[in-house]
Amino acid sequence: MASLKELTEREERLTGGHRLCAGCGASIIVRQILQATNYPVVVSCATGCLEVSTTIYPYTAWKNPFIHNAFENSAVTCSGAEAMFRAKKRTGEIPADKKVKFIAFGGDGGTYDIGIQSLSGAMERGHDMLYVCYNNEAYMNTGIQRSSATPLGAATTTSPAGTVIPGKKEYPKDLTEVMAGHHLPYVCQASPGYFQDLIKKVETAMEIEGPKFMNTLSPCPRGWRHANDAAIRISKLAVDCCFWPLYEVRNDTYALTGQSKLIADGKKEKVPLAEYLKPQGRFKHLLAPKNKELLDSIQEEVDRRWERLVKLSKL
Amino acid sequence: MNAREAIGDTVQFVQGDKACVYGALLAGCRFFAGYPITPATEIAEEMSRLLPLIGGTSIQMEDEIGSISAVVGAAWTGAKAMTATSGPGFSLMQETIGYAVMTETPCVIVDVQRGGPSTGQPTRASQGDVMQARYGSHGDYELIVLSPSSVQEAMELTIRAFNLSETYRVPAILLTEESIGHMREKITIPDTVPLQSRPATEDEAAPHVPPFSPFGRGKKAFVTGLTHQDNGHPSTDDHEVHDRLVRRLCAKVCENMDDIFQADTVRMDDADTVIVSYGISARPGRAASEMAAQAGRKVGAITLKTLWPFNYAYFAELAQRVDHIVVVEMNCGMLYHSIREAAAGNANVTLVSTLGGKVADPTAILEVIR
Repeated sequence: MASLKELTEREERLTGGHRLCAGCGASIIVRQILQATNYPVVVSCATGCLEVSTTIYPYTAWKNPFIHNAFENSAVTCSGAEAMFRAKKRTGEIPADKKVKFIAFGGDGGTYDIGIQSLSGAMERGHDMLYVCYNNEAYMNTGIQRSSATPLGAATTTSPAGTVIPGKKEYPKDLTEVMAGHHLPYVCQASPGYFQDLIKKVETAMEIEGPKFMNTLSPCPRGWRHANDAAIRISKLAVDCCFWPLYEVRNDTYALTGQSKLIADGKKEKVPLAEYLKPQGRFKHLLAPKNKELLDSIQEEVDRRWERLVKLSKL
Repeated sequence: MNAREAIGDTVQFVQGDKACVYGALLAGCRFFAGYPITPATEIAEEMSRLLPLIGGTSIQMEDEIGSISAVVGAAWTGAKAMTATSGPGFSLMQETIGYAVMTETPCVIVDVQRGGPSTGQPTRASQGDVMQARYGSHGDYELIVLSPSSVQEAMELTIRAFNLSETYRVPAILLTEESIGHMREKITIPDTVPLQSRPATEDEAAPHVPPFSPFGRGKKAFVTGLTHQDNGHPSTDDHEVHDRLVRRLCAKVCENMDDIFQADTVRMDDADTVIVSYGISARPGRAASEMAAQAGRKVGAITLKTLWPFNYAYFAELAQRVDHIVVVEMNCGMLYHSIREAAAGNANVTLVSTLGGKVADPTAILEVIR
């Protein structure tokens, strides 16, 4: 991995002055990803907070070619550009040894829900690109509606916690596993709180030819109802409680990484899920005594998914 | 709890999006499937809050294709069903809107218009989907498109959209704008509203409308988007079957124009000039008419509540009576072309067009009629 000194010396390709909220996870993730590579990149972006807030007229925060299409087609727009880049190399219009990396970004709405068809198609066709989901677990750009990435129990405006339901009633879709089911050369899950792990994964992905997928948890102070300075702490807690394990799947071989590997090896403590939920207003009701059973059942599901992953990593 | 109780106070100060939800609940809507999109998200939020309280179902779908498709599925269980979106989502729905036309599925689609094309201006009003509402799907068809020019009308025309959709077994679209959707106005909520249900027998049905047999109610329901016989079974090679079906689908809307078409008029008795508009643009249109009247001019105003089916006879007759028709729209001219076609040279037709979220200025309309 590039040293911290090297990383800080690299040019920022997502510059400051964008309008993402104070403490938003998305810009931290994008900066970590773009700093992790020295290659020229082409970025496509789905509709969402990241797109809107980094491109407010008359400015753009991007120092690389950038294309926003619509909510559902970041992956396929990127795949068209990537396919033509390869074609131009074949015809000699672009030198055969020219290296450009294609990165598609989307939030969880644009990735787990409306964009899954486009993502699945792009990955199956084998385009040489990295798709990154910055997963803030709800539709934040339209004002906090549930998505299929929203955890069970989280309050959103379309799964409001109250007398009828205790927040969202369904467990989140495990999209990283869905992408692993595409048998890609590289699938991984990361968290900006453990940035060295995230950067290592990007470095790995950039050296692998073919379709790559990265799912990163992205804290959202507005939607998760947490303090503006808590994003990094919370994104670490998500890993520490094994709600959001760090792992990678290379050609179907699973490996836990970073903090998650240390937990699995017994070198770091696995913290209770409640520690992760506590700083977040969206889960406030789950910590009330009347919801203890529900909280216990969520803990059981987190444990079940974690233990399954530990087993997979030992295959 | 019934719908009226869930809605609460008789007089409220609410957004158009919320008024639209109230109208839907009063009209008997018990199923909503939607997807977040500015400026229609408040409809999904309010539906997910209120529908569970009255035994209804509100589902958030994975996209707008899912939303309209779930609405069609729910409608075939007999439910009154609705979805709501804005331009980009409305585009994704178009294939299934055509399917709903072909399968004669009653359903309501709310499009809170924003600036397009593409992502455009998510938080600014537009009337750029007027043609998409009419011609967005493929093939020949007619459907019903209503446009409210106030928050009160957003509620009332949603009720009417349900009733017309049920009566004629055709998708009804409430075409409103960000300005109405997000504007707060005082509304008065009725205790009861007139209700229509889809015809269960030939006797109940309007001309050209077949009775509706939902799933699991004694009859074998067979629903397909393929060209089909009267019994619903596909017949895709016989040109006469297709010709008869498509012409009937159009006729059931166009030949019931007297029931479907509505417009409000002011100062029309001796008008030589008339300002025609709809939705938010109707408000400066009416203001310009009033300002002209104060200046001693004979300028009437027509606020269209029904945009489609287009009432050619109405505008042909209008063009005989007046010298000048001024059409005010928040697009590059959409309804303008149909009005000009209907006027057939008997009156001058002028367009006042605004874009970018700007609602027409009454003084700009006055400039045109000076």
